[in-house]
Amino acid sequence: MSTAALAKTWSDPVFPWLRANLFSSWPNAILSMLALWLLWRTLPPFLDWAFLDAVWSAPDSGACRAARGEGACWAFIAEKHRFILFGTYPYEEHWRPGLAILVMLALYAVSALRRFWRPRLALYWVAGLALIGVLMWGGVFGLRYVENERWGGLMLTLLLATFGLAAAFPLAVLLALGRRSAMPVVRGFCVGYIELIRGVPLISLLFMASVMLPLFLPAGVTVDKLLRAQIAMIMFAAAYLAEVVRGGLQSIPHGQYEAADALGLPYWRKTLLVVLPQALRVSIPPLVNTFIAFFKDTSLVVIIGLFDLLTSIKVSLQEPAWTGFGVEAYLFASLVYFAFCTTMSRYSQRLEHDLTPGARAGALRDA
Amino acid sequence: MNRRLAYQAGLLAAAGLVLWFFVSNTARNLEALRVASGFGFLGREAGFEIGETTFIAFSAADTYLRAFGVGLANTFRVALLGIVVATVLGTLIGLGRLSSNWLVARLAALYVEVMRNIPLLVQLFFWYAIIAENLPGPREALSPLAGVFLSNRGIALPVPAPHPAYGWMLAALLAGVVAAILVARWARARQAATGAPPPGAWLGFALVLGTPLAVFLASGAPLAWDRPELAGFNFQGGATLTPEFAALLTGLATYTAAFVAEIVRAGVLAVDKGQFEAADSLGLPRRRAMQLVILPQALRLIVPPMTSQYLNLTKNSSLAVAIGYPDLVSIANTTMNQTGQAIEGIAIIMLVYLTISLSISAFMNWYNRRVALRGASR
Repeated sequence: MSTAALAKTWSDPVFPWLRANLFSSWPNAILSMLALWLLWRTLPPFLDWAFLDAVWSAPDSGACRAARGEGACWAFIAEKHRFILFGTYPYEEHWRPGLAILVMLALYAVSALRRFWRPRLALYWVAGLALIGVLMWGGVFGLRYVENERWGGLMLTLLLATFGLAAAFPLAVLLALGRRSAMPVVRGFCVGYIELIRGVPLISLLFMASVMLPLFLPAGVTVDKLLRAQIAMIMFAAAYLAEVVRGGLQSIPHGQYEAADALGLPYWRKTLLVVLPQALRVSIPPLVNTFIAFFKDTSLVVIIGLFDLLTSIKVSLQEPAWTGFGVEAYLFASLVYFAFCTTMSRYSQRLEHDLTPGARAGALRDA
Repeated sequence: MNRRLAYQAGLLAAAGLVLWFFVSNTARNLEALRVASGFGFLGREAGFEIGETTFIAFSAADTYLRAFGVGLANTFRVALLGIVVATVLGTLIGLGRLSSNWLVARLAALYVEVMRNIPLLVQLFFWYAIIAENLPGPREALSPLAGVFLSNRGIALPVPAPHPAYGWMLAALLAGVVAAILVARWARARQAATGAPPPGAWLGFALVLGTPLAVFLASGAPLAWDRPELAGFNFQGGATLTPEFAALLTGLATYTAAFVAEIVRAGVLAVDKGQFEAADSLGLPRRRAMQLVILPQALRLIVPPMTSQYLNLTKNSSLAVAIGYPDLVSIANTTMNQTGQAIEGIAIIMLVYLTISLSISAFMNWYNRRVALRGASR
């Protein structure tokens, strides 16, 4: 290459970019080379393993065993995908949990649109949840009854998260209002509850639900395992959500309360018409972050033996033919959780950006 | 006013009623199950072995109380190590995200994004599967560094062989810390009285690190390594991290590091550029500017969320029960299964974690009061 040609390439967009972003100084150049070396050492072998040499489908685990160490065994996922999605739900009825998943996704989508942020949204939720209940349990409209011991897989993870949030959210709003109440008993009660729940690990609450709750009830009264776990998750989520809502309540300028008082609104009307609409709007981005944490936390039910996504993967791994493919199985689980969580977090970031342009924040503060 | 009183009385009555309902049912159920309530079982023989212990020796003939002690020590071991590793790793990644180097910033951002969006439990299972299923047996162990062996029995590391001088070095370290604190106090008092600037940070470093080093050199630099050797089917000597401990520590530290990175990044970004310029225009040298102007402001923002991440890490260490590391929760779980003392077992878990979280939040409040802007607390 001639010197002139070399000089030309060096002034092309690529090289100045490289110089500015990767090789601006000696330490920076060393850092870049180190990062490149790391990528070169890890990325090609990983891609070989995960894609080029992977076994995508196989009648049994023989082909996977043969490729052990060289290629990933995605055939395991292909073989077990129904089980991972729906657990032990009757095979010929799989369309029902499938449809229920779609209903849940529709509920999320509707809640994400600002156009639907009105009181009517609560009605959609009630209707949607009722529909999901009918689909899952059956027993009416000619649908076969399926007891909830047979629910499982990704379906159960989504159910725990959806019903958990739907029930925890109103509870959280009450707790947050109670924590700011002027009545000392109410305040003490709410503070005690929130701090107690937030101070202990979720595991201890799940243990409590699985071994202690039966002791609390009169002999003969039983609550099934799924509902017990769901109650524990709701209690847990409510405490964390309450703190987020409280943050929103604190951000409402005092003038808003005084204005509502001046209009002569009684407490509940003041709260429902003036305070909450503003407070909840402000707290939506942090609420979504709490939803993400809660969605991840539903995986803990594996420890008390509930049949969620993670459990169905663990159980699939226990089948003798497929033992030892844990890395592939958990990578797949990670991918599923990642897809859900990252969608939520992108949404929350965009929302935060949309909701806090300078003008809007200023308008709230001046009001 | 009367209505408010009525509300509160109603809440108290309802809470009391529910409590009474639960307690009376529980008492009746326990009687039917013939489980004696109370903590008497703690004195009985446990009858199970514990895979690994920290400082406290344990055998099946020891009591449940001792088993809980072992569990608590194991919890503290993994939590403390996890906090140290997560802080170092997280700070590096957080600074990496702020780097002007495009590649480093992108890699750091990718790390944070991936780690935060996958449940910790899945990550723990993943690490455990890598160590227990995919690493070779001890005979073909990988050795990334001389003397360090990775195998499906865990990680074997060389450690310095014990020597009496190490005890003295520890004492010297403590003496150094005390001396450094005293010198700092004296220097502050002198500055207040005469205006003489305090000596630089080097004096503190010299006192804290130099004293043990001097003891080490004075006793003839006794450094012999206790290296792990392959003997039969496993490694002997050195220190071994079990697969469970290694998976838990890796999972907790890499997961929490992502959150630490975000906190560090936010803290550094929050310090206004004008502060750097103001320090410069006052003629403060770079290090003094950092020490007196930048760090105090960044730390005020970093410390409170950081402590709550440390608390989260400690609470998350309870996931140990899922991969079989004998922490407090998994010991309690075993105990509850053996004795049926569910209420007592859960009460112990909750009490321990509540104590930890309340002490940490007490510390946080103290720190916040110390560093809060004057007048900002109102």
